[in-house]
Amino acid sequence: MHELAISQAVVDAVRERTGDQRVRSLRLVVGRLSGVVPDALRFSFELVAEGTPLEGADLVIEEPGGRARCRSCGTEFGTEGLVVLCPCGSADVAVTAGSELLVRSVEVA
Amino acid sequence: MCGTCGCEGDAGVRLTTLPDDAAHPHPHGPSGDTGRTVVLEARVLAKNEDLAVRNRRSLAGRGIVVVNLMSSPGSGKTTLLERTVRELGVQWPVAVIEGDQETHLDAERIRATGCPVVQINTGAGCHLDADMVRRGLEALDPPDSSLVLVENVGNLVCPALFDLGETARVVVMSVPEGDDKPVKYPHMFRTADLVLINKADLLPYVDFDPERCARQVRSLHPAAEVLQISATRGDGMPAWYGWLRALRPGLLPPG
Ligand SMILES: Nc1nc2c(ncn2[C@@H]2O[C@H](COP(=O)(O)OP(=O)(O)OP(=O)(O)O)[C@@H](O)[C@H]2O)c(=O)[nH]1
Ligand SMILES: [Mg+2]
Ligand SMILES: [Zn+2]
Ligand SMILES: [Zn+2]
Ligand SMILES: [Zn+2]
Repeated sequence: MHELAISQAVVDAVRERTGDQRVRSLRLVVGRLSGVVPDALRFSFELVAEGTPLEGADLVIEEPGGRARCRSCGTEFGTEGLVVLCPCGSADVAVTAGSELLVRSVEVA
Repeated sequence: MCGTCGCEGDAGVRLTTLPDDAAHPHPHGPSGDTGRTVVLEARVLAKNEDLAVRNRRSLAGRGIVVVNLMSSPGSGKTTLLERTVRELGVQWPVAVIEGDQETHLDAERIRATGCPVVQINTGAGCHLDADMVRRGLEALDPPDSSLVLVENVGNLVCPALFDLGETARVVVMSVPEGDDKPVKYPHMFRTADLVLINKADLLPYVDFDPERCARQVRSLHPAAEVLQISATRGDGMPAWYGWLRALRPGLLPPG
């Protein structure tokens, strides 16, 4: 699914910085609410990285959990999903963390 | 890959009426990062997001409204577009960008109404992205102050992640699909400005609770509007056209 497109974007973003240097490992941030599945990402990354300087690189994936803030009462709390109800009963809630999709850093040889 | 779609990024993307051009900028080469750890802190989808910003800016400058229609396969997007271009197109110049993995079938249905249309075939890809839409717009060349309706690839998962530079995002769902689609596909529905519940003519025959569905939508995106329509029978069309007209730049508050 879109993990292939995401993997291609990761490889492109890294190569813009590191060019033809051999990349040993990548540290990614894939929030639990980002809509991207880490296992699918690992699988598709292997395919996309083949034949590039990122081939065989280790993927270290940080998976920050979701957080939300209630617009009615201001409470901040953790959330597992995107359907969020504040303990106060309000559904007017903003997701404040967990949607991240970043390349944090890479290690080059 | 994903058993249902199998997206492969840009591989195999084809745009009718446009020659294949791979001439987008692609900066290369090391930039002095020879240390062991190179810190990037880069948004993975930055390239698509930048292209989307560029699309949005150039469209706004010309007063063009672009609406991205997303749904699962068969919810009635093309049927809705056929009716919309016929009925709304008499007052407002309308053009259509059709996205499908294969075939020109939907574009032919739109062309039969006399409306300008470009078909983008994504091949293995399961969503449109900002670059495809840029190319589609270049081929369509819509006049200033017109409306461009984009039918995304039928898929409730992948299109959610890709900003096209559109003015507004619409999710079309239909009564036979069941009223629990919003909570099953939250990423898609949380980005929707409008949710259309299509095939409302089937409500008497199907166990579908429109109020429950609307509640789910609002729990994901409190500002989203929800309208019931029937693209075949015409229910709800005035409200849909009113919603579209409210997107026209002249009517938006400044800033
Ligand atoms: N009963 C009923 N049927 C509808 C309605 N709108 C569309 N349909 C039917 O639903 C089927 C699919 O419609 P399309 O417009 O092709 O759906 P689509 O979303 O464009 O499909 P894809 O492009 O394949 O994703 C067709 O048989 C339509 O006639 C409606 O309001 N009521
Ligand atoms: Mg269609
Ligand atoms: Zn997919
Ligand atoms: Zn996709
Ligand atoms: Zn609260």
